[in-house]
Amino acid sequence: MLWDRLQFAFTVTYHYLFPQLTMGLALIIVFMKWRYLRTDNDKWNRAARFWARIFAINFAVGVVTGIPMEFQFGTNWAGFSNFAGGVIGQTLAMEGVFAFFLESSLLGLFLFGEKKLGRRSHFVVAAGLCAGSWLSGYFIIATNAFMQHPLGYTVGANGTLQLASFWQFVLNPWAVWEYAHNMSASVITASTVVASVGALWKLIGKYDEESSLFLKVGVITALIASVLQIFPTGDQNGKLVADYQPTALAALEGVFKSGSMAPLAIIGQPNVKEQTLENPIAVPGMLSFLAYGSFNATVKGLDAFPQENWPDNIPLLYYAYHIMVGLGTIILALMAISALLIYLKRLDNTRAVLWLLMLAFPFPYIATTAGWLTTELGRQPWIVYNLLRTSAAASPMVNTGDVVFTTIGFVGLYFVIGVVFLYLVGREIARGPVYAEGKV
Amino acid sequence: MQALWYSLLSAMLIVYVILDGFDFGAGIVYGLVAKTDAERRQVLSAVGPVWDGNEVWLLAAGGTLFFAFPRAYAAGFSGFYMPLVILLWLLILRGLSIELRSHEPYKLWHEFWDWTFRFASILIVIILGAAFGNIIRGVPLNAEGYFAIPLFTDMLIRPSIGILDYYTVVAGLFALGVLALHGTLFLVWKTDGAVRGRSIALAKRLWWTVFALAVVTFALTPTVQPAFFAPLAGRVWPLFLLLVSLAGFFYIPTALKGTNDVRPFLGSVVFIAGILASMAGTLFPNLIISTTNPAYNMTAYTASASTYGLQIGLVWWIIGMILVVGYFTFVYRTLSGKVSAQTKGE
Repeated sequence: MLWDRLQFAFTVTYHYLFPQLTMGLALIIVFMKWRYLRTDNDKWNRAARFWARIFAINFAVGVVTGIPMEFQFGTNWAGFSNFAGGVIGQTLAMEGVFAFFLESSLLGLFLFGEKKLGRRSHFVVAAGLCAGSWLSGYFIIATNAFMQHPLGYTVGANGTLQLASFWQFVLNPWAVWEYAHNMSASVITASTVVASVGALWKLIGKYDEESSLFLKVGVITALIASVLQIFPTGDQNGKLVADYQPTALAALEGVFKSGSMAPLAIIGQPNVKEQTLENPIAVPGMLSFLAYGSFNATVKGLDAFPQENWPDNIPLLYYAYHIMVGLGTIILALMAISALLIYLKRLDNTRAVLWLLMLAFPFPYIATTAGWLTTELGRQPWIVYNLLRTSAAASPMVNTGDVVFTTIGFVGLYFVIGVVFLYLVGREIARGPVYAEGKV
Repeated sequence: MQALWYSLLSAMLIVYVILDGFDFGAGIVYGLVAKTDAERRQVLSAVGPVWDGNEVWLLAAGGTLFFAFPRAYAAGFSGFYMPLVILLWLLILRGLSIELRSHEPYKLWHEFWDWTFRFASILIVIILGAAFGNIIRGVPLNAEGYFAIPLFTDMLIRPSIGILDYYTVVAGLFALGVLALHGTLFLVWKTDGAVRGRSIALAKRLWWTVFALAVVTFALTPTVQPAFFAPLAGRVWPLFLLLVSLAGFFYIPTALKGTNDVRPFLGSVVFIAGILASMAGTLFPNLIISTTNPAYNMTAYTASASTYGLQIGLVWWIIGMILVVGYFTFVYRTLSGKVSAQTKGE
């Protein structure tokens, strides 16, 4: 059970390092191709080609690490699949039929068909590829949203869940806001990476035109997405959690005791045994206001709920949430400063900010991972909220030793993949923007 | 509705085996038909742009099994835990070998991914063949609808069943032969020059191997599942499909003598589609056969999702498949024609 959770957490976290760049980068590449069509300036196409090379490597690793995810529902979580497959099987199958076929068909054409297709068709193929990857994201988030806030189901005769309303299930408001929040995060990841490569080249004094372009596109896109990340998408997700998962809200904010004027803890260490938040630095009343729109609103603490329904890892949940919010705020501040310097035409000479931009690329990856940890740990101890406990979801006849074996195997294999990936991406960045011609 | 989804799922799996089968097959015979780096790139260029799309059929079929027959998905995937995870690792390695080989110009880099590609392709096909063997033979499904089964046994001809036992290993080798031939014929169609020449010679030898393995596999089937052929007495379709399949198989050597390079491959497509469709028609309505008690058999009727879910699924499935046929037609038309060894890159 513990190993099943560790294996899923590891494989899904690792997998999602790649699609979060794929989806955002696809949008940025489409933007670059569109600017090329409109302005006829070749620098936009060179930029798009460089990022297409990174995209290809990233996409390949995303695809191969994604295949295990769909299998694991059945191999490790047969209890859950049997219970909820009648509903969530729909979106998972639709992801294959509508998104994966589109992506896989267009990827080859996009990467190798530029000459054959011509400018306009190549732009259309890029846009189709982007649409495929974004569609894929929606289906998987709709699946997750059902687990967070089940809608559109009935309980069948044998006790398993069955679909009752397709549209209610697919257009779950939780899915819509979770998707918006997630996609804006994906754009932040990609644009920060773009800005980061621009900053690196600027700092070493190479590829002047490309690095300025990357900095401008990256910083401005990241700034817009960072604002959207907090308002409205982050705010709306917070309100949904407050309404439908009050135990998660209490745990991730570190609220042990119910009360009005609930403070918003910026920093502090939860002590679950003593049921207190130690060394807190907090804004009084802010949590009541953010969750329910009034400083006097009562926020239920964990003491309002039976302990068996508390999330089972409160410190990790609390820290994951705070890391997400903290890093999100830092990225927003950095991008705002950088955008101001771009406006003043001073960014190219402000080496300190360029250094920060170059070093900032891990932040959105960490923030996104922390965000998903918040989502998934907050849902505990349920796998389908209020319907099925995680403890009843694993495969009943799979021996734990087998799961330990496969977990170790995944760690080893993914480590090797990570090394190869970093090597290849590092080589592409070192080769610079116009290497493509000499490529085998 | 359940019978319809049983057919659609079978059809998706058949399409999967035919499409991914030719790129697996190309991987199996890769080292035999392509000797120089230029020739190897030629083979990879033939499968490179399409393997990923082919593999999506596995994900789509898996997803369809999940949504249409969740009980069978849960039982099958958890019961075959170890071989499925190993299959995943191999699929990962194989996908990377195709995608990453061309990224560096070094000989060592190429050699590493070449071996990975061959090794993974061979083992994947044996595992898939063994999986079909397990489906025919049945597994120890219990009253709750789950089973666990050892990965391998002593391989002696007696009923001590494992995922790999004497019967399923033979089925795996049969699959290896079938897809090696299928992939070789694909290369006859899509390549020219030395690779095509070696592929034609190899295909003739592989044909006899497949013939021998087919006889052995069919002869062994009643020893593990005496009742397997029983439904054929009352069903015309599976028998007819089996005859179609045989016609395809015996057409291959004739077509290889002709000048039209696509025909031998089409013979192989008919052979594979026929034999799998015939197998599905014989197994119906069983999804997973229980060796402990026939009453525990999981069928299309006992494992399915609600009728509403199946009806809704049919709507989007049809829309989706129209789009998919469109993409595949577009991609395969864009890539039509032979791939030459002179072509640089993909």
